[in-house]
Amino acid sequence: MVEFFTTTNLGIALLILGQCLLVLLPLLAALAFLMYGDRKVWAAVQMRKGPNVVGVFGLLQSFADLLKYVVKEVVVPAGADKFVFYLAPMITFVMAVIAWAAIPWNDGWVISDLNVAILYIFAISSLEVYGVIMGGWASNSKYPFLGALRSAAQMISYEVSIGLIIIGVIISSGSMNFGDIVAAQDGRFGIFSWYWIPHFPMVVLFFVSALAETNRPPFDLPEAESELVAGYQVEYSSTPFLLFMIGELMAIVLMCALITLMFFGGWLSPIPGLPDGIFWMILKMGFFFFIFAMVKAITPRYRYDQLMRIGWKVFLPLSLAWVVLVAFFAQFGAFGGAYARWAIGG
Amino acid sequence: MTVADYAFYLFAILLVASGLFTVVARNPVHSVLWLILTFLSASGLFVLLGAEFVAMLLIIVYVGAVMVLFLFVVMMLDVDFAQLRGGMAKFMPFALLIGIVVLMQLSIAFGDWTAADGSQALRAAVTPDLTEVHNTAALGQLMYDDFLLLFQLAGLILLTAMIGAIVLTLRHNPNVKRQNVMAQMHRDPAKAMELKDVKSGQGL
Repeated sequence: MVEFFTTTNLGIALLILGQCLLVLLPLLAALAFLMYGDRKVWAAVQMRKGPNVVGVFGLLQSFADLLKYVVKEVVVPAGADKFVFYLAPMITFVMAVIAWAAIPWNDGWVISDLNVAILYIFAISSLEVYGVIMGGWASNSKYPFLGALRSAAQMISYEVSIGLIIIGVIISSGSMNFGDIVAAQDGRFGIFSWYWIPHFPMVVLFFVSALAETNRPPFDLPEAESELVAGYQVEYSSTPFLLFMIGELMAIVLMCALITLMFFGGWLSPIPGLPDGIFWMILKMGFFFFIFAMVKAITPRYRYDQLMRIGWKVFLPLSLAWVVLVAFFAQFGAFGGAYARWAIGG
Repeated sequence: MTVADYAFYLFAILLVASGLFTVVARNPVHSVLWLILTFLSASGLFVLLGAEFVAMLLIIVYVGAVMVLFLFVVMMLDVDFAQLRGGMAKFMPFALLIGIVVLMQLSIAFGDWTAADGSQALRAAVTPDLTEVHNTAALGQLMYDDFLLLFQLAGLILLTAMIGAIVLTLRHNPNVKRQNVMAQMHRDPAKAMELKDVKSGQGL
């Protein structure tokens, strides 16, 4: 039986398919509750009750929404480029899903243990902009088009600083593999040996850039409802819209996973002595999702020129200078080798 | 055939087909989308070669950044396709002539292509041992340790091109009202607002 799954082609294919389903199904189920949690947090900040009708405490609200979206009519605007119009939400969804192939959940629990995992995630998240641009263009309508243009500029601007921050982490862990990056953060002091201390300013920068990259408030200008109605999503309805929504939410959860793995020690336990494991990973991701939800509730939207200015004139120089600084610290073993964990062996 | 072979044929056929569609697509936006598929297939081929770092760079730089800007520009073009195709018949013979000349030049060049003795050995001499170093590290070693000067010179050429492009397009128009960010940020209610106590029925 074991030979069948490790030696024959069919067995390997079945095994990979099983692993994919094992990651994807719990993830999609979790998304439904994360969506609910997002709305509940938002409601609590505004002293509302939030969804509370469907199921106990409104827990089944997301499933009711799912059903509602699926049974609605798909409306394609006249003059729309039909093929691209349908392709856009699919790209958003597929890009959001395939990124999870390289995300480890525990030591060695990963579908594809890539050497360049962090670059792969970065590449996939830079492809996510296509769903937005194509959706905005194919709708053949003014608001979606404006939203798509804004989003293209915004996502490219913030990708630059995300890339530079990632380079800093790669320099100090000496690897682009998530397993090695997390292993480099393993130390005697639990939570205090993770990268969030040596890389502290970049944690904040990364979080803000992640907000901009995933079009979350306060940087949700591509879909700013007060100016663009809903930006690139205006003409979408039914399942295509649902795919956009799931894709966006999944990209947010992916960013939570990325912050957890790069700066907060992935599956490592914060207190020395407690066992490491997948629950720490999930707990940390949940915490960052909560922060994402809080930011949405408590910050007003940025103006577009301010968004661009902060991306190019503040974040880019800061993260670039940080890469140079980290390279120096790593080379000369500053701070007891805190920036060069590869040199002292973890 | 192994799985890698099937993958190679899949990516190779996709690459050539999407390259063809890039040329023949009538809508420029579709052309760009086909070109993106071409890049993605090319990066798939890189992965099959075991050069995953180059593959990821291809996606990040070309698909993630360059093609987005391409799409950005092409989407905003207002092209009249009927007018474009109108001139097609007139220029077709000339274009064909150029195409045939280029094809002949290429075939002459490749037909006469020979490798110098020991060129293989020269190439192998600088390649780090891939059984010991990971290919990303090998690439870094070649670029930053062994051939630093060439790498920096290439960077300098790109910098020159960048400065040139900026100098050529930079215009200072004195009639444009520019935004002064510092002045904006240092405004406060005391300077910007004046509170008046308006008596009812009188106005200001």
